[in-house]
Amino acid sequence: MSERDQMQRDLLARIESADLDALEAVRVTALGKQGSITALLKSLGKMSPDERQAEGPRIHALREAVTRAIATRKDALERAALDAKLVAETLDMTLPADAPLSGTVHPVSQVMDELAEIFADLGFAVATGPEIEDDWHNFTALNIPESHPARAMHDTFYFPDGDDGAGKMLLRTHTSPVQIRTMMAQKPPIRIIAPGRTYRSDSDATHTPMFHQVEGLVIDKGITLGHLKWTLETFLKAFFERDDIVLRLRPSYFPFTEPSAEVDVGFSIQKGKRVIGGSDGWMEVLGSGMVHPKVIAACGLDPDEWQGFAFGCGIDRLAMLKYGMDDLRAFFDGDLRWLKHYGFSTLDVPTLSGGVGA
Amino acid sequence: MKFTLSWLKEHLDTDATLDAIVEALTRVGLEVEGVDNPGEKLAAFKVARVLSAAPHPDADKLQVLSIDAGDGPLQVVCGAPNARSGLIGVFGPPGAFVPGGGFELKVAAIRGVTSNGMMCSARELEIGEGHEGIIELPADAPVGAAYPDYAGLNDPVIDVSITPNRQDCMGVRGIARDLAAAGLGTLRPLAEVYRRDAIAPVEGEGPGPDVRTDDPQGCPAFYAQAVSGVRNGAAPEWMARRLNAIGQKPISVLVDITNFVMIDLGRPLHVYDRATIKGALVARAATAGETVLALNGKTYTLDAGMTVIADDTQAHDIGGVMGGEESGVTDSTTDVLIECAYFDPDHVARTGQKLGLTSDARARFERGVDPAFLDDGLAIATQLVLDHCGGRPSGVTRAGTPPTQARTIHYDPVRSETLGGLAIPADRQQAILESLGFTVDSDWTVAVPSWRRDVDGAADLVEEVIRIEGIDKVAPVPLDRTPGVARPTATPEQKLERRARRAAAARGLDEAVTWSFLAESEAAPFGGGAWTLANPISEDLKVMRPSLLPGLLAAAERNLKRGAQAVRLFEIGRRYLADAERPSLGVVLAGNRRARHWATGKAQGFDAFDAKAEALALLAAAGAPVDNVQVFGDAGTAWHPGQSGTLRLGPKTVLAAFGMVHPATLKAFDLDGPVAAVELYLDAIPGKRSTGFMRPAYAPPALQAVTRDFAFTVAADLSADTLVRAIKGADKQAIVATRLFDLFERDGVRSMAVEVTLQPAEKSFTDAEIKGIADKVVAAAGKVGAVLRG
Repeated sequence: MSERDQMQRDLLARIESADLDALEAVRVTALGKQGSITALLKSLGKMSPDERQAEGPRIHALREAVTRAIATRKDALERAALDAKLVAETLDMTLPADAPLSGTVHPVSQVMDELAEIFADLGFAVATGPEIEDDWHNFTALNIPESHPARAMHDTFYFPDGDDGAGKMLLRTHTSPVQIRTMMAQKPPIRIIAPGRTYRSDSDATHTPMFHQVEGLVIDKGITLGHLKWTLETFLKAFFERDDIVLRLRPSYFPFTEPSAEVDVGFSIQKGKRVIGGSDGWMEVLGSGMVHPKVIAACGLDPDEWQGFAFGCGIDRLAMLKYGMDDLRAFFDGDLRWLKHYGFSTLDVPTLSGGVGA
Repeated sequence: MKFTLSWLKEHLDTDATLDAIVEALTRVGLEVEGVDNPGEKLAAFKVARVLSAAPHPDADKLQVLSIDAGDGPLQVVCGAPNARSGLIGVFGPPGAFVPGGGFELKVAAIRGVTSNGMMCSARELEIGEGHEGIIELPADAPVGAAYPDYAGLNDPVIDVSITPNRQDCMGVRGIARDLAAAGLGTLRPLAEVYRRDAIAPVEGEGPGPDVRTDDPQGCPAFYAQAVSGVRNGAAPEWMARRLNAIGQKPISVLVDITNFVMIDLGRPLHVYDRATIKGALVARAATAGETVLALNGKTYTLDAGMTVIADDTQAHDIGGVMGGEESGVTDSTTDVLIECAYFDPDHVARTGQKLGLTSDARARFERGVDPAFLDDGLAIATQLVLDHCGGRPSGVTRAGTPPTQARTIHYDPVRSETLGGLAIPADRQQAILESLGFTVDSDWTVAVPSWRRDVDGAADLVEEVIRIEGIDKVAPVPLDRTPGVARPTATPEQKLERRARRAAAARGLDEAVTWSFLAESEAAPFGGGAWTLANPISEDLKVMRPSLLPGLLAAAERNLKRGAQAVRLFEIGRRYLADAERPSLGVVLAGNRRARHWATGKAQGFDAFDAKAEALALLAAAGAPVDNVQVFGDAGTAWHPGQSGTLRLGPKTVLAAFGMVHPATLKAFDLDGPVAAVELYLDAIPGKRSTGFMRPAYAPPALQAVTRDFAFTVAADLSADTLVRAIKGADKQAIVATRLFDLFERDGVRSMAVEVTLQPAEKSFTDAEIKGIADKVVAAAGKVGAVLRG
């Protein structure tokens, strides 16, 4: 064995067992300025060409073997050190992360958005009006004069201020005054829905003193009860996303429509609950009719030229029928448990392409 | 309005089944609310004779009966004192359910003696109150017959809801007329119903009673007839049974006759005991403050707009609403005066509303009784009195004139199609109208029957023909559609509200809907309500809310009481101010912002900066220019004075209030612990100018921005915003952003550190330029009293 071979064997053995510091020491000993392999390399300059021819490759091979061994050892040591560091950083991945904040949209708002979306497709805009109304808009213009028995049926909340009669202020008992305000503010043809809060002095298991209604109004030429029926059918089919919606019109009476009809929708019993669709029974959902000529005239329009229909429907009730709540009072309690249960995700924006229900 | 099937058939000659009648009633607009057959639940009970009665061997109060219910002798144990041989009563066999007792009969041994059923009392069968003994039937009652058949209990009671326009259907006859028109049979002539040859005024002796009307507005017509020498007593069985069946307790035949005619014909009447009347009986305007002791035992104080029926000494009757206690008939009455009047509907309605007094008479008069039926109504009533009470009639007095003016409508039968959407042949329409009592002449001038006060135009006639022909036959017709895709319809305000709502929910807030009205004490911390209800449903729901926060604070309190750890509620709705209803968004943050957590330690409550963050985020979502928003004070007295503020555009436009709620306010809502809140005034947010869909060209700066930090010592009362804005204004070209990133106080010295971002334009800044800007920053800060820290 040559001296060189011995040197290589010794160096490789030291490298094999070195830690990072020792490895650096080996590198300096062998490959540093004063290193043994560096010295061998320097010796090449003093050799004859023949000697150099023979020794050169051997010395370079020695240098390369040692260099490679140091690099390999260094890699292994660094990998081991990182592994050890990572092991030390281990965390319990079953620990709970922060719970996301999840808010909700109230069912009444959601259903109002659904209504707006469906009726927009039918060309209806959304109209609004004051909730603190005057007597004229809430009653008189709607063909409900002061002594009319229908007034008593409305259980009206009044404000004390002002004189009796036309100036009297009250909480609107229905969304119908928006009909009046719309007809007085814009020229026909008119297609609007008017959702909003309404009030009646009535409180029991199925009535709350505040509730939500949506009014629909179409004023145009040649509108008939047939258009009303189609509109309601189309709306309810879209709202409940069912094709088996069956309507039953019943003659009824509202002072502001003539003819008037209550609208029942057929239901079926599924798992003990009433589900809209089918015709196992009938449920009253809407009041409607052809706008009374006196109402059209009260708004300054010629009832011989313009006619149309109107309808009104409880929004809370629509929500209950579609989503299965059974207690109206809970709508207005702000109970987080109820809101989380029946509320809607902010991303449930009703769209026609995605479906208006969520 | 309730009536029985047999009662209806007095007026309606029909073979129709109950189901067909019920279906038709709803179909023509007389909504059936319920049908009840009281005989159904008693079907098992039979008429039985007691053959023998012997003492019970082991009980003093019991007897052992042998009874025959049609199938031979049966042994029954009975405790009734009136049980005796020969009595005919009602027997319940084993298996029958006793409704008044709530149990099912079984064969049982009673003190050792087998009993095969029970002889029943009236109370046990729920047909009366009697429970002293078992029912005793007349001797001719057929033994073995089903008791409900014998007793006429198999007569279904139909309850219909009559809409306010149909006074004519507040009598059985009107309902029968509608059904006849709907093809369910024929309307019997009225004379036939009352078993007469004709309905005509009863020719009495001498002059009619001394009555008149001095109030032709309130009481245009007052017809009356007297009958003397009557005997008051129990109503005939057929009348009592009908009244009983619909829940009208029979009182005495004279009273029952008026009730019967009112329900049968929709014609209210009143009968006075003439012995109580002093002088003439006059319809006149009440004097203000006049009192009437009404039949219900209550005294009513009247005002001058009301009509009374009075004699020389006092008012007896609130006209059209309720009779008087003192002039009513009793068992000893012998001379009566029958009143058949026409009271003005508006007068009656106003009187009833003011007095808060409802009655069957008011319900009919205020809807308008048939003004052409006074003579007939009086004749029928007088005849019934004569039939059942005897006596001698006087002549008839007809004071005043009922409003019987003929009303006609020019009608075009095409309207059924152009308004009602249903083409009905003209001759069919004519037939329908005539079956309802209208007359139609050759040029379609339609005369309205006197009992249909509600019909006054072509639209009403369309309703009549459509409802009888079948409103369900109307075929759906699509509305015209604008070509192409539906146009957007939402207004900017609606879009703003939708965005704000969904943004709030996305930020983890739950939307509540709370009452628009509050208790006064809840409104008070927020300045009180501008609108207070005159007739609130309770003191808790009295004042229209001046802010959304009280409703949310109350909801937060309820949730915390239920154990909720964190409450993040919002509501979008109106505040009701004196001048307007203003759309607002309220937020209440209560409980824990952060629950205790393994990584962050103890639970943390909400602070004012949580409120500020919500306010700014929601304003941004609603489209407000939040970069230009400034913080001001003056959130109001409901808020923590040192930890609240308003967000404004310029000094005047207040977009929001935010911060911690004042502890005194919290106390009013029974809340403890800090609560943060926000109120956004949605109508104050300026609308966006429409600039189309095109965005400005994309032009990122060519050179990178550089940042420099500056630390200042400042006075203790200098707001961060003042310093930051001063610095930002130091070089409007170069300084594009400023941000306070450090704040501390030590030894009474307050220090703020601000990061300033400088954006070079074409060339990078030279050191000299940066120094120049830095000098300007220090100078600007100096103007607000800030000194660069060494």
